[in-house]
Formats: sequence, structure tokens, C-alpha cells
Amino acid sequence: MLTASRAAIAKPGRGRILAAVLVVFVVLAAVFRGQNTLSLVPSDTTALHRWFNDVNHWVTTNRNDSPLFLYFFNEIRAFVDGLTTLIQNLIAQPSYGRPVPVIGWLGVVSIITLLAVAFANLRVALLVIAGFGFIGLQGLWEESMDTLALTLSAVLLALLIGIPLGIWAGLSDRVNSVVTPVLDFLQTMPTFVYLSPFALLFLIGPASATLVTLVYALPPAVRYTAHGIRSVPRASVEASESLGANGFQRLTGVLLPMSTRTIVLGLNQTIMAALSMATVASLIDAPGLGKTILKALQTLDVGTSFNAGLAIVVMAIVLDRLTTAASQRSRSHRPSKLRLPLLGVAGILTLFAIYLSRTFIWAAEFPDTVGTTDINIGNDIARISGNFAEWFTTQASDVTGWMKDTTSLLLIDPLQTLLVESPWWLVAALLLAIAYLLGNLKVTVLTAFCVAGLVFSGLWQDSMTTLAATLIATAATMLIGIVVGVWMARSRRADMVIRPVLDALQVMPPFVYLVPFLALFAASRFTAILAAVLYAAPVVIKVVADGIAGVSATTVEAATASGSSSAQIIWKVQIPMARQALVLAANQGICYVLAMIVVGGLVGAGALGYDVVAGFSQGELFGKGLTAGFAIVILGIMLNRITQAAAERRRTA
Amino acid sequence: MGAAALGLALSGCGGATVESGSTGSGGGSAEDCGTVNMAVNPWVGFEADVAVVKYVAEKELGCTVTTKDLTEEVSWQGFASGEIDVIMEDWGHPDLEKQYVDEQKVATKVGETGNVGQIGWFVPPWMAEKYPDITDYKNLNKYADLFKTSESGGKGQVLDGDPSYVTNDEALVKNLDLDYKVVYAGSEAALITAFRQAEEKKTPLLGYFYTPQWFLSEVPLVKVNLPEYSEGCDADPEKVDCDYPETPLIKFARTEFMESGSPAAKLVKNFSWTNDDQNVVAKYIAEDKMDDEDAAKKWVDANQAKVDAWIK
Repeated sequence: MLTASRAAIAKPGRGRILAAVLVVFVVLAAVFRGQNTLSLVPSDTTALHRWFNDVNHWVTTNRNDSPLFLYFFNEIRAFVDGLTTLIQNLIAQPSYGRPVPVIGWLGVVSIITLLAVAFANLRVALLVIAGFGFIGLQGLWEESMDTLALTLSAVLLALLIGIPLGIWAGLSDRVNSVVTPVLDFLQTMPTFVYLSPFALLFLIGPASATLVTLVYALPPAVRYTAHGIRSVPRASVEASESLGANGFQRLTGVLLPMSTRTIVLGLNQTIMAALSMATVASLIDAPGLGKTILKALQTLDVGTSFNAGLAIVVMAIVLDRLTTAASQRSRSHRPSKLRLPLLGVAGILTLFAIYLSRTFIWAAEFPDTVGTTDINIGNDIARISGNFAEWFTTQASDVTGWMKDTTSLLLIDPLQTLLVESPWWLVAALLLAIAYLLGNLKVTVLTAFCVAGLVFSGLWQDSMTTLAATLIATAATMLIGIVVGVWMARSRRADMVIRPVLDALQVMPPFVYLVPFLALFAASRFTAILAAVLYAAPVVIKVVADGIAGVSATTVEAATASGSSSAQIIWKVQIPMARQALVLAANQGICYVLAMIVVGGLVGAGALGYDVVAGFSQGELFGKGLTAGFAIVILGIMLNRITQAAAERRRTA
Repeated sequence: MGAAALGLALSGCGGATVESGSTGSGGGSAEDCGTVNMAVNPWVGFEADVAVVKYVAEKELGCTVTTKDLTEEVSWQGFASGEIDVIMEDWGHPDLEKQYVDEQKVATKVGETGNVGQIGWFVPPWMAEKYPDITDYKNLNKYADLFKTSESGGKGQVLDGDPSYVTNDEALVKNLDLDYKVVYAGSEAALITAFRQAEEKKTPLLGYFYTPQWFLSEVPLVKVNLPEYSEGCDADPEKVDCDYPETPLIKFARTEFMESGSPAAKLVKNFSWTNDDQNVVAKYIAEDKMDDEDAAKKWVDANQAKVDAWIK
């Protein structure tokens, strides 16, 4: 959004036309208000929606007879189910006739610690022990291992598919242009939307849960790999070419090493996405912490859901540090003489720990007590956080209520009125004009298709309500993203403090803060927008920070030497040079906001989010929910394309 | 890491081994009964039903009961795939019944649970006290201003709940000429939070709610009387202008499971209790934060006669 408006400002002529278009739109909107708004009552359906219902019906009737199922879907299900169950048997569930998993807690902690020693450093190894020990003390060991098993199998599959695909997309423009919209589609498609078709095709349980998690975790793996490969400076590639390197040598010698940093950022994102999706997947009977959280939500037990959410956060932080340290080490490895013997000893100790965890109960099941002392701290965490949430919401709800009312009145209502109560053709014309003025003819044509799709979906009005919320949430997210991202990139200390908070926010399942949010802001559109901003901001901040940090130091030094102030360096040098990162950030921001819009349906935001949630829980509305999901995707594609084209135009201008 | 592992290893010498210890729920004497898969739909009353049936099936009949947290729609799919044997509390899904009971014949209607569901419009108790005539729908327009929110566009707000719940509220507002707008909270949690806060802070709220529901024992919401229900007044969803009917809640089960002769099938068939019974167990779970098993045990211990009638 920001890049879009900057583009407009940079070209005064175009900016003036755009302003004129907006004025004309507002005037016409006032004149034609309430006409041709294509409204549809929440319980009504169109022929398209009912057609989807018929498909649903056909699948449930023919699941065990149709070859499509016998030889395709059921096979995939069997394979993924096997993989997930295998990992579950290894670390989480009593298996092979034993009352405990193959590897107990001591074994699991040792193995991951060994990995940390081998690929990262001792500090990370200590963090692993502390982190997993903490999860055990929370009384959530088994649930956490179920979640870890699900995450591992999804990430494994995501990397297996994602990295090769990302490299391909990074090398070939044509592949990239095919893959990008598919990724947009996958990432914008709200998780709720494909929960129900996946449950339909692959039944409930671990297999479907892994598959939905995979779908959600795949895009970052591909996107970041491709982005990394593409960002390698032309000069380096040309240098290697002039030295006679062939394609494969160029890939392994230059492109991959130079993009490791970005690829690992992608791996982080993949793990984070998988962890956060693992909770949502509990709606289709995924095992693990998600179940604990959903159950707590039903009884409004904020404390218990926080305790479980915290376990996910701790796990995410440990895995994140592990991968990050591993990537940094791979760049600056200095083999020490002690390293091999040390690894050998650690390896033997790990084997011994695994043996213990297979043999003794105290090493297999995380103990609740040592001697007679109770060491479970989960209940205390639940009680204290629950009480705090209650105290805070009681104290603050007057102020927050006022915040909600003011924002709704001044910002949400006017924008929503403009988009929802104007005739559809007027809004469509506006969208096309913006696409043309900010972008180009190609984007305008695409926008026309998107508008047609929204009209055809029968959910135009809901789409416009959602569009209004999305625009506000994305704008807020980008604002926060740029401010905090620049700050983090310029200050190491800020980065150190903020990054863990971002990690926490990113994987803390939205369901956890839903209940306190409801108490603070009531069931309203504002609550949904806020949840979306919280959900999308971490990714945007990280990408912005990474982009700004990636601006070459010599350029910044040159600017400093020529007497530029900090503000000038930020606005004139760093931000413009990190433009590609900003576009990626906006792109991700829109995707994440739209993915969260559905959860907004659970807290009173109505519109497409509500349609999707309703479709998930009511048979007659299955088709409508699915259509609403597609409408969200269409919105995402349209917004992303217009933003990208605007950035592109500015670059080439 | 080495030192830590070694230390633990030393301290653990002589501890109970996996072979000698009996942890977890492996084994058990489940020969006659086998495994029963029960759906748990997302409200506490349902959870209470399942908790008690599970407890009785496991403790008295030696069954193994697996519970699966699922929404209604997905639970019904479980009948077809064989992953779900029992749905304990159905509030009426004619479309699903037609598909799975009549057409595919994989599910069977097992009978009533004894609970009677009642949907309606409610206000927090303080409002009913302060404005006694508010419980008559004819006076609602007089108070519409009170119920205005940022979401209701200048009209009064009727707060509706989870999308899966049965509702006629939009039609009711229109057909009763009420100056209100239906706003969808989106979940039971959102509804309960709203009502709890409304009572605590004495703020106005009008919303959709239902019995049996554990929350009513915490905040006894007061029902607003809509025009009395009569047979067929809700036949056309567009023209509904009357209150919601009382709905006897129904048990459904997988046909094969019911015909298997499992003692658990008999238990499910015979299970029957009252709204009060369910509310008690639901309160143990939701408000007193008891384990499902502890909650069920507490109720079963106090109501052994009822339980005996189910398994005789």
C-alpha cells in the first residue's frame, strides 16, 4: 500500500488524476448510495453455492467406491498417515505394545541437544535443554511431542517439495510466474476454508492435519528460496560465468551459498507457519497442544490456553534459534581440534540417554514430582495468567471500548460505507481505475477478472466489507512493520529484544488471545482487525528488517560521509534500496491479514470470515463457505498484483 | 549436556523400568466391549454427556473409549468413514439425517437424551430487574437505543452466536418490525464473554442463548418472550414470527456399531438424563475446572441408581 501511494506521489500528473478519480467516486457514491449493492442475507445461498454442496454430497457417498479415491486420495492419506504416525510412535505416543513411546523425554532432549552441538553452538544446546525442560515442567510433554511430530512431518514434506521448487522458480522467470500465483492462492486461502474439503477428502485425523499444515507451511519455503536465488547480485553470477562455471556449479558454488541466509529465513517461516497451523488443525482432530487450547477456549479458560500457547512459543523459539545458529555457523565455520572428540562423546551420551529413556519410566515420562516435591508449574502459570487476563480486561475495558468505538466511527464505518453501500459497478470502476493508474494494462485486465469473480461468487457485499477491513489492517501492519523493521535493522540491541517477541506473537495461536480480546473490544470488526494486525505484523517486520539490513554497508557509509542525517539515510537510501523487500513485506502482510480475516468471523467481524466459519460447521452452507474462501483468495490476488505492479512501475519509471 | 545426562542416569539407577511399571492405558480388560469412538462437539453440555458415558463404559463395562473433538458436520462424516460411533447430542440437522440415515444408511437415530433444548433471546439479570417490561418483545423497540453498538449501524443490536447454531433471528427482526440489527458474534465463547461482561459492568445486552447451558448457573440470564410458538409457525424460514420451539435432543450412532451387540451400544441406547443433570456435570467441568473424568465420577457416585438403569 505504501509503495503504491509513493508511486502516485512521485508522478504528480498521475497523482492528480488519481485524486480526481477518488473525488468523482465519492460524489457518485453519495448519489447512488444503496443501489445495486448485490446484498445477500447470511442464510441465503446461490446456485453456485448449492452446486458445491452437491459435490460435497457426492464425495461422502462415493469415497469407498470411486477409483479417484481408491488409487489417489486414499494412497496419499495412507502415506502421510504412515509418516506422521511413525514420528508420533517414536516420540509421542505409547507404541509397539509398550506403555511409552519408543524414545522418552530424556532421549528426545538429548537428540535435539546433540543436533544443537553439532550444527549450532553450546549456547543453543543449553537453550534446547532449558526450553524442553520448561515444556516438561508445564505438564505438557506428551501434547507437545504430538505437536512436534505433526510439525516435523509437515516441515519435512514442505522442504522436500519446497526447496527444489523454489530453486527452479528462482532460476526461471517462466516457472516463477506460474508458481507465484499458486503460492498466493495457497497462502491467502484461509486455513478454515480448506479444513473442511481436506477432512472431506482425507478424513479426520493426523493425515489430514499434516496435509493442511503442509499446505500452509509450503509457500514460505518456496518463496524465500526463490527470493534468495533471485537476490544474488548479477555481478557475482557473471563473475562465476566468466570463470567458466556450468549451471550446476553456478547453483552450488554461488547461488545457493549466497542465498543461504534467505533460505534459512524461509525455513524459519516454514517451521513457524507449521507450528501455528498445527493448532488450527486440531479442529479436524489433530493431536497435540491445539486440542488443549481449543478445549480451554470452550470453557473460556484463558489461563490453560495460555499455558499451552506458551509451550508452542517455547518450542518455536528453540527451533528458530537452532536453525538460525546453524545457518550462521555454516557461513563462518572454523573447525576446532576439539570438535570431533567432543561430538563423539556427546553422541555416546545421547545413545545412553536414549537407552535410559527406553528402559526407565522416570526417563520416559516427564515426572510430575521429584521425591515428594511437586515440580509441575503448568497449573501455576495457568492460574496466574488467567487472573492477570481477568484483572487487565476489567481494568482496561472502558478505555479499549472507547478506542473501538472511535476507530469504528472514524475509520471503519466510512470506508465500509463507501465500499459496501455504493453500486457494485461504481466500486468496480474505481478498482479498475486504480489498477490502471498505479499499475498497467495487464493488472487492469486481471483486476477486471477478479471483480467479475467476486460478482459471480454472489458474495459481493461481504467481499467489500472484508476488503475495507483488509485495507485498514494492512495499512496499519505496514506502518508498524516499517517503523519497527527499520529500528531493528539499525539497532542490534533493539533486534535482540524485539525478535523473540515477534517469534512469540507469530506462533502464539490466535485462539489464545481471542478471549481476552473479546473482553476488551467486544465482538466487533475492530477486534478482528486488531487480531489480523497482530498476526501479520511479525512477518512484515522481519522481512523489512532483513531488507534494510541487507542494504550494502558501503552505500550507507558513503551517505553518512556525505553528511546525511539518520532520517535522510533512512528515507533516501535504506528504504528505497530495500524496495524489493518492502514489496515482499506488503505481499506477505496482505496474505497474513486475509488468512486471519476468517478467525475474525469468530469474534464478530461477520462478512466473508463468518461465511467461511459457517460453511465449516453447517452442511447447508458448505458451498457458500467454500465460495467465500475463493472470494478471499481473489481479494488477495487482486491486492497483491496491484501493489506489485505499482512498485514495478516506480522502479522502471 | 553430558553432565546433566550422567547426573540423571546416576540418580535414576534402580528406578521403575518400563517393563515392570504399569503406566498409561495400555492393556486393560476390553475384550467384550472393544473400542468406542465418541464425537465431542464444541459445547460443554455435549462434553458432559460424553464424560459420563465414557466413565460408565470404561469403569463398569470395560470398554475403551476414544473421544474426538469435532464440529457437528465433521462428526457426521465420521459415521460414513467409520471413525465415529456415537454423537450424543444432536440439535436437529435434517439435511445430515437425510444423507447419512436415509440415503447411506450408515447412521441410526438412537433416541432422545432426555435433555430438552430451548433457544431464545435473553438479557442479563440486572436489565430484567431495572426494566421489568423488557421481557416482552413488544417493548423492545422502546429500548432499542440502549442496545446500540459500534456494529449495529444506529439500530439496537441482537447478538447471535456460533454460525452452526440454528437461528431465525434475521427473519424475526423483520417480521416483528423490530428496530434491531442481528450481529454475529461468531462463537459460543464470544456470546458468553459478552453476557458475563454485561452483567458485571451493568451494560445493556440482548442476545441469542439457549438451555441447557452451564453458564446459566453462573449468570441466570432472563428470557425475552417472543410471540408464543405454535406448530408450524416456523415452517417458512422467511416468515417466522414466533419463538423457538422446545427441541428434544437426539442421540445418533453408527448403524454397524449399534448392531454389533457391544454393551456400549446398549449403554448409549439407554442413556437418558435431565437438563439439571447435564448442567451439574457441565458446571463441574467449565466452572470448577474439573477433569472430565473427575466430573463424571462425582456425578455417577451421586446418581448410581440412574446409571444402573442404563446398564441393567
